[in-house]
Amino acid sequence: MLGLKHKDATLFLIVAALAVFAPFFMNPFPTDSGLAQFNAGYPDLMQKFVIFGVFAIGFNILFGLTGYLSFGHAAFLGVGSYSCVWMFKLLGYNVIPGILLSVAVSAVFALLIGIISLRRSGIYFSILTLAFAQMSFALAYSVLSNPAFNLTNGETGLQVYSSDPQIFHREGLPDLPHLFGLSMRATSTLDVGPWSFQFNAGYYLCAIIMLASFYLAIRIFRSPFGMMLRAVKSNQQRMNYTGLNSKPYTLAAFVISGMYAGLAGGLLSAVDPLAGAERMQWTASGEVVLMTILGGAGTLIGPILGAGLIKYFENIFSKINDAVLHQWFALLPDGLENAVVAVIHPFVGKGWHLTLGLLFMIVVIFLPGGLVEGGQRLGRALMAARARLRGGGREAKSGAADGQPGTPAE
Amino acid sequence: MGILEVKGVGKRFGGLKALDNVNLSVRENTVHAIIGPNGAGKSTLLNCLVGKLIPDTGSVTFQGESVLGRKPHEINQMGISRVFQTPEIFGDLTVMENVMIPCYAKRDGSFRLHAVEDVWSESDIVEKAEALLRDVGMLEKRDSHAASLSRGDKRRLEMAMCLVQEPKLLLLDEPTAGMARADTNNTIELLKTINAKRDITMAIIEHDMHVVFSLAERITVLAQGTPLVEDTPEKIKGHPKVQEAYLGQAHA
Repeated sequence: MLGLKHKDATLFLIVAALAVFAPFFMNPFPTDSGLAQFNAGYPDLMQKFVIFGVFAIGFNILFGLTGYLSFGHAAFLGVGSYSCVWMFKLLGYNVIPGILLSVAVSAVFALLIGIISLRRSGIYFSILTLAFAQMSFALAYSVLSNPAFNLTNGETGLQVYSSDPQIFHREGLPDLPHLFGLSMRATSTLDVGPWSFQFNAGYYLCAIIMLASFYLAIRIFRSPFGMMLRAVKSNQQRMNYTGLNSKPYTLAAFVISGMYAGLAGGLLSAVDPLAGAERMQWTASGEVVLMTILGGAGTLIGPILGAGLIKYFENIFSKINDAVLHQWFALLPDGLENAVVAVIHPFVGKGWHLTLGLLFMIVVIFLPGGLVEGGQRLGRALMAARARLRGGGREAKSGAADGQPGTPAE
Repeated sequence: MGILEVKGVGKRFGGLKALDNVNLSVRENTVHAIIGPNGAGKSTLLNCLVGKLIPDTGSVTFQGESVLGRKPHEINQMGISRVFQTPEIFGDLTVMENVMIPCYAKRDGSFRLHAVEDVWSESDIVEKAEALLRDVGMLEKRDSHAASLSRGDKRRLEMAMCLVQEPKLLLLDEPTAGMARADTNNTIELLKTINAKRDITMAIIEHDMHVVFSLAERITVLAQGTPLVEDTPEKIKGHPKVQEAYLGQAHA
């Protein structure tokens, strides 16, 4: 299908199905049940899932394939966001020019940073990218927001004002980001019994773009170019003595992943037309590293899983406060209830980072291949169990076709 | 006029004269060995040929073109492949991919951004890689991780990676270093077949006299950075200067 081998096509279709039906299965709990706060199927969060999925897919092309660990990819995310909002300010609220410009500007940005940073490898490369991202943050936060030349609007964040030119804005078009008139906030709700499912235009636009990026990533992984990037990670000396110049390969990977980050930044602005400097901060750069490693660096689907998991934690775990905990354990005797709540308290609400940190440690120590490796191990264990159940007489041949609940790697 | 001409090459590392006025001419389609005691400058000379080091004086020309100042990948694209003392392969990749990478490098040059074609859709490259793996007797290991191979197999794989590019000159840096006798003999056989089957000139740096005398058609003896003699194996064997150089080392 579309030039993909059977296994990759299956993986792509799975991700596509997940993206299309996300509004359903992300809302497994009825709206008024106590578990409804674990529902993730609201537009704002689903948009984050796919947008950060794009970010992580792109980051993985650099880190997963070439092994160059960039600690500055948030700079491209921020640049993309600012570019997109500028298009809103100048041309109007249609998202297409904004998204295109965010990719183009981040490509130029990535080229400049890449040429300098890629003069070094290993930890020095990481530190250089971190330095560039922090400089970009400082520029966005203060330097480029003075009355004479206000590019970023500093602390307040760049946003659209009624005094902006918006030369293509017409009467009748939404006063919010839109795709040829279809507002990104347009949401239709489907009520089925006690359930309520939301279908949001912004989410579906981002999901389609995520799928396109994912498809491109699969093609890159399977291409000679992708093979050369893995060769960079494996042995640069051999590569050079094989007649290959590793520099342009790493630079191309850096620029491509920077463009993915810029695209993600543009999409963030497209669903919410406000760009702040904090998107460029080092914590944002670190987050995409966590996403990629947590999901499985160098695998195709890992980064998407990692992005989803971290965004889920950030938005759901952080909402569990003491009041909610007391409600859950209300059945326990008072003293015990307080004790249980006190134990759980540091790990939820504002302490969600603690849970994430523990989870990250567990994954890195026991599953160096990330969640994808976990899925593979689970799949193998299930297949082995199935083979045993059949008495071991027959071979687990038929299990190979349909018995893989785990996510296939690469 | 040889395919590789080294003229008056000198290289200093601080106060140490590693190479001093080295002249060497490797004739096309011969196996040329460079031997010498430890510290004779063999590896330095090799590094000057592949672009890793730039000599202070002299010239190195390959098929009439100077290689000096060119990067290793450019020199490889001219038709010089190199086998390392410890096999340098792509450990994270499969055996087959290891051989396909040089095929692509040969076809597409040192850089090409073709990100939409499938690696395996190029049947001529796949066939070429398979044929070479068959030649070196590694076809059944095509899907193994290269890092998991035995040392002898890694050496074979590296050889296959060099040969698949059809180089005009193959440089071998102690190809049997650290190998057991059986592996050494296998490597000798492999190199003999290669030499018989293809028009490849080989320059071998080697310690092991058994290897040198089974393969080489011409031998250059290097001592303290200068060539002592260059001649056929028969003449080298009995040459007084050569014995002196080796015995001298033994006494010291």
